Amino acid sequence: MTGARMSTLARLRRDIGHIEGDAGEALPRAPLGHAEADATLQGGLAKGAVHEVFAEGRQSAAATGFIAGLAQRVIARRPLLWVRQDFSERENGALSMSGWRELGLDPRLLVTVRAPDVETALQVTADALACDALGGVVMEIWGETRQFDLVASRKLTLAARGSGVTGLLLRVAAAPSPSTAETRWIVRAARSPPAAPWQAWGAPVLDAHLVRNRHGQTGRWIMEWNCDECLFRDVPFHGAEAHPQPVAAAPADRSHQAPVVMPNITPWRRTG
Amino acid sequence: MAKQNNALQISALDDVAARLGLDVGVPLANARAICPDIEVFDADEPADARTLNDIADWCDRFTPLVALDPPHGLFLDISGCAHLFGGEAVMLKTICDALIRQGFIVNAAIAGTPVCARTLTRYRSGCIVRDGEEAAAVQALPVFTLGADDAITRGLRRAGLKTIGDVASRERHEITARFGASFTALLEQALGQGDAPISPRKPLPDYMVEKRFPEPVATDGVIAAALSGLAQTLIAVMERHGKGARLLDASFFRTDGAVRTIAVETGQPVTRVEVIERLFRERLDALADPLDPGFGFDLIRLSASRTDGVVEMQRDLDATIHDNDELSALIDRIAARIGGRRVVVHLPQETHIPERAMLAVSAQHHLASAALAAWPARVEAEPPLRPLRLFERPEPIEVLADFPHGPPAGFRWRRMFHRIALVEGPERIAMEWWNRPVPQQALEWDDDFARVHPPQGEIAVETIDERKLTRDYFRAEDNEGARYWLYREGIHRREVRTFRWFLHGLFA
Repeated sequence: MTGARMSTLARLRRDIGHIEGDAGEALPRAPLGHAEADATLQGGLAKGAVHEVFAEGRQSAAATGFIAGLAQRVIARRPLLWVRQDFSERENGALSMSGWRELGLDPRLLVTVRAPDVETALQVTADALACDALGGVVMEIWGETRQFDLVASRKLTLAARGSGVTGLLLRVAAAPSPSTAETRWIVRAARSPPAAPWQAWGAPVLDAHLVRNRHGQTGRWIMEWNCDECLFRDVPFHGAEAHPQPVAAAPADRSHQAPVVMPNITPWRRTG
Repeated sequence: MAKQNNALQISALDDVAARLGLDVGVPLANARAICPDIEVFDADEPADARTLNDIADWCDRFTPLVALDPPHGLFLDISGCAHLFGGEAVMLKTICDALIRQGFIVNAAIAGTPVCARTLTRYRSGCIVRDGEEAAAVQALPVFTLGADDAITRGLRRAGLKTIGDVASRERHEITARFGASFTALLEQALGQGDAPISPRKPLPDYMVEKRFPEPVATDGVIAAALSGLAQTLIAVMERHGKGARLLDASFFRTDGAVRTIAVETGQPVTRVEVIERLFRERLDALADPLDPGFGFDLIRLSASRTDGVVEMQRDLDATIHDNDELSALIDRIAARIGGRRVVVHLPQETHIPERAMLAVSAQHHLASAALAAWPARVEAEPPLRPLRLFERPEPIEVLADFPHGPPAGFRWRRMFHRIALVEGPERIAMEWWNRPVPQQALEWDDDFARVHPPQGEIAVETIDERKLTRDYFRAEDNEGARYWLYREGIHRREVRTFRWFLHGLFA
């Protein structure tokens, strides 16, 4: 491609960006804590934008944990509105505040809206995204829906941009479709890293696949939610032999460094 | 026509039938004998009651104090209202004319006590009695107009007391001895000597403003403008008393008599017009059956049914949690749209039973207390011991174990088999015996026998209720990394013979 054509392309992209009022580069970001993911996201998850998390029906809890973690990172001690469809609760279980607390999150900041259907959920979410008293809004809907099209998605994006509230969409048992989301993730649970029998296991370990990123590259990481520090971490002892499940190839443009973690002394697990 | 005492009797009839000599209470067979070609319909009492209620709704436009007097009467307390409609006579005529236009036959009267007015409607419709003249007005009326039991009316007639004046001339104690104290009270009220308050259908709102339209309005824009004007007036009145509205009712009176009332509730007392406007807009937009103006509304009323004092409070320093004016406004809007019970916050509960550990309560009412709730702290450096998603009803699963009563090795849930790679447990959660209803057998327990022969080994515990069994919980991770919370129900040979397994929650 010649230089002239490249510059034309760049100019056109910039123009379109202007028309769309795109401020993707300038959005404030909330670091996730996972170094590689933060680097790919150019500093963290963009606030005042909409992010989508997709999961298979069986992986709903992992995706819920992931989105709860993302929400915790972006809300900065402000209230979180969780809008969920009735059917989703029947299918995946209700959010349990004991479990919420155990992830290191604060149930006092959570307000739940039980929407009877997708349409109501969308209306409430759009309204809530425009309210800057909130730190974030999670919309949880189950299955494929006609109602959530590009227009609805754009409405949410504009509302989020106007107020600076972050929108997180949890789509369980749905296939990704075109939307105006800033990032799109596909999340599944990953196995706990091997550990000594007496050591604690079962912290949320997630296989997070960033499949779309409007302002950067994509990637796939195995990350762990650290319940004490409330951030995502690389999984210690994580290696190919420990995780025989498929892991995406390392990005071609930089060498993939397997984290070398010294097996430092892990505190013995308390009993009782 | 309705069935009474096992016979079909006339329960209501029109003027033409009355002229033929028929009357209420005449058996249908007799009526047919008098006039073979009468048209007969079944009495529909619920429909009559509904119609009466609708008329009462319509009467709300004259006074907020309307009481039902079944089967076919209404009391309107017009104290202080009459001048708004051009005086008592004009008001009476307006009400009667409007009802007659709608096809009803109306008898109405105005008097100092409701019973006196009702007595007058039965004989001297359209009569207005001044205070203190009740006795004179009802003097000449026959006793049936009092509306007492048939037995009493018959008894009075037999005693030769034909008019109310006759009855009133007797000593009260004689009447009481013969017909009961309640009849004496009725008589005194009819004579204006005692008063009984009416019981209005709806409680009186704290504040109420209304707008009448000479020309009925039907367009959304005009209705919204009218509501906003009313909201301004209402806010201005409440502001003077330092009040804010918690529950607002907008009533739309249609020209054809139908009335629709729409209520909006708020978490914080509302003191701003824009908030009221917005709440009603949300509510009207989200109505399942939209507001139908028909031929238009001729009266719109806005009332504050519940109000709270508004205190200008100093903002808390910990503003992120407590200062939530905007959040509560958002919650009010969502609640107006989808219902208050659908917006919830969570409160911790003092219990070990996982599904009862939290209580979802209305965010409108409990936002402040939820922000201050004390949740149990988590144990540092432990993985989550409670699942993030909990099923309201634990789902039954089939479990494979390596050895009996051992931890599960695999399970089938929703037709999928999961092989367990890691498992930890059991964590025993016993049901709360102190909340257990005392079983019947325990009452019959022979204490003396138990003292002499202390039970050896394990005591047989009755399984009282399925839900009260002890549970042994396991945290399990399957081959793919999904984490589950499973439990085994019951203690073997003490509570149950065979275990049942359930999946109760999913870990992130």
